[in-house]
Amino acid sequence: MHFEYKVEGGDFTLAGYASSQIKKTLKQLGADPAVIKRVVVALYEAEVNIVAHAYRGVIYADIQPGGITLRLVDEGPGIPDVEMAMTKGFSTASPQVREMGFGAGMGLPNISENADSFSIETEINKGTTLTIGINFK
Amino acid sequence: MNIRHSTYHRALEITENICIGCSHCIKVCPTEALRVAGGKAGIHADWCIDCGECYRVCPTRAIRVMDDDFNRIFDYRHRVLLVPSVFFAQFSESVSRESIFNIIGELGFTEVCAVEQSVDTLIDEINEYVKTEEKPVISSFCPAVIRLIQVRFPSLVDHIMKLLPPIEITAQYYKKRFERDGISEKDYGIFYLTPCIGKIAAVKSPVGGYTSPIHGVINMDYFYNKVYLAYKQRIPITNSIIINSELSSKGVLFPTTGGESSHIKGKALAIDGMKNVIDFLEMLENEEIKNVDFLEIRACDESCAGGILSHRNRFLTADSLRNFATKIPGTHKLVEEYKKFCSAVVHMDKIEPRSMVKYDRDIEVAIKKMENARELKELFPGIDCGACGAPSCEALAEDVVRGQADINACIFLRTIFEKRGEITIKEAIKIMEDIWGKERFDKNE
Repeated sequence: MHFEYKVEGGDFTLAGYASSQIKKTLKQLGADPAVIKRVVVALYEAEVNIVAHAYRGVIYADIQPGGITLRLVDEGPGIPDVEMAMTKGFSTASPQVREMGFGAGMGLPNISENADSFSIETEINKGTTLTIGINFK
Repeated sequence: MNIRHSTYHRALEITENICIGCSHCIKVCPTEALRVAGGKAGIHADWCIDCGECYRVCPTRAIRVMDDDFNRIFDYRHRVLLVPSVFFAQFSESVSRESIFNIIGELGFTEVCAVEQSVDTLIDEINEYVKTEEKPVISSFCPAVIRLIQVRFPSLVDHIMKLLPPIEITAQYYKKRFERDGISEKDYGIFYLTPCIGKIAAVKSPVGGYTSPIHGVINMDYFYNKVYLAYKQRIPITNSIIINSELSSKGVLFPTTGGESSHIKGKALAIDGMKNVIDFLEMLENEEIKNVDFLEIRACDESCAGGILSHRNRFLTADSLRNFATKIPGTHKLVEEYKKFCSAVVHMDKIEPRSMVKYDRDIEVAIKKMENARELKELFPGIDCGACGAPSCEALAEDVVRGQADINACIFLRTIFEKRGEITIKEAIKIMEDIWGKERFDKNE
């Protein structure tokens, strides 16, 4: 089953919509609450990353009996140093973003910790694609 | 669908011959547990959380509270009534507490005590609990909130505080006291006057591996009328009653919004009203709420002052409670006694989630059914008119894939089918009659 959500850069008011919808769907499917929690944490974090760092993006979710695959494709500046971005506590977020309670770092490491599979492709001045896989069992 | 006319815990019941199938209730249910069929409302019992939102909006009082028969109190020699502070706040300030106590005695109780007598001690226990448990700790006070979390937010059940609410601690205190005085179990009855329906369910089928010592629950709306009538008729007082009125201002304010959170050390928030509660729990579940230690969460707007069985306007009731709190001390004489035994009885076990199976227990089947429901939803008009007997287009789509409703139940699709000549007017009327009852269509002929 496929879902698609558009995400606008800079619109924090709507950040979290996709994760809420996916959460609702997984709950209705009767997925394990612990798994749902991991999906929501990873997706919310990734969704906020698009809002905070990219111009716009699309979230593709594919739900199969074995698990969920999330693909977050954004148009944006790309990540210059992926290794650095994967380091706990590292953040490039602006003070404005931090004031709203976002951008404390930990974004990517936190996503990867909650995922069963995680990959990142990025191209400077083009954008970033995250692929997150989480198994139901 | 397991549609019945009473709820999971049998705290509410729809009286079929009074229900007019107006559909007001199906729109307010926070778990979409109600449907209209055959001109009558029915409850999807497994989904009901006993919040009583349906009871609040029912124009014909067809939804009945399954309280206990009042005369059952006379099965016992010692009859204690545990009275919540909101009960006194139902009356205008000109009605003295003393006259209310006397009437309660005249109506048959031998002793009366404030439910919130245990609050002072409970607050200390909560502060200890919050120190060590996973944050935020969600208060266990409101039974409708506990059941909402069990059914709609299963991932949050571990946040619910594993401490008993004040009513149960006060009831335990009485049980202990009777035991201490050598009064046999069959000789005393502990009754609870409830301002809410959720508490009836909570006493009858408690959560967290606990058995309540409460013998019966009395509907506060019913009892208010009984007491006020006696007051108006100035019935002579011939029975005496033991009044255990020890209560602190903390206790009086506990059932009001903020009455719990304001005593908790650390960052504590108070949330009231069903819609606010659901919004907040959604955010909490998404892990959008950070650095909060304690959450006081209550299903009713203005907390228990706005309880389902509270007769008076919620703001006036809350104001009465606040006024009374200014007139009494911040602690009471029995606090030490409660402290002695409280920590032994206050704990309960973990609360289990109650899953709300929407499609199927098998995830593969569930995904297929959900895909079908999504396609169906696209066909429906999306205005949630309720003419099909379900609360929303989404709910109808779900019912159809579960085989519990027909796609023709949608009045919009039916009109299209009629236009195409695929169903006759006679068939269309029959569908309407099946949902809304034949009588509705007879009266205009």
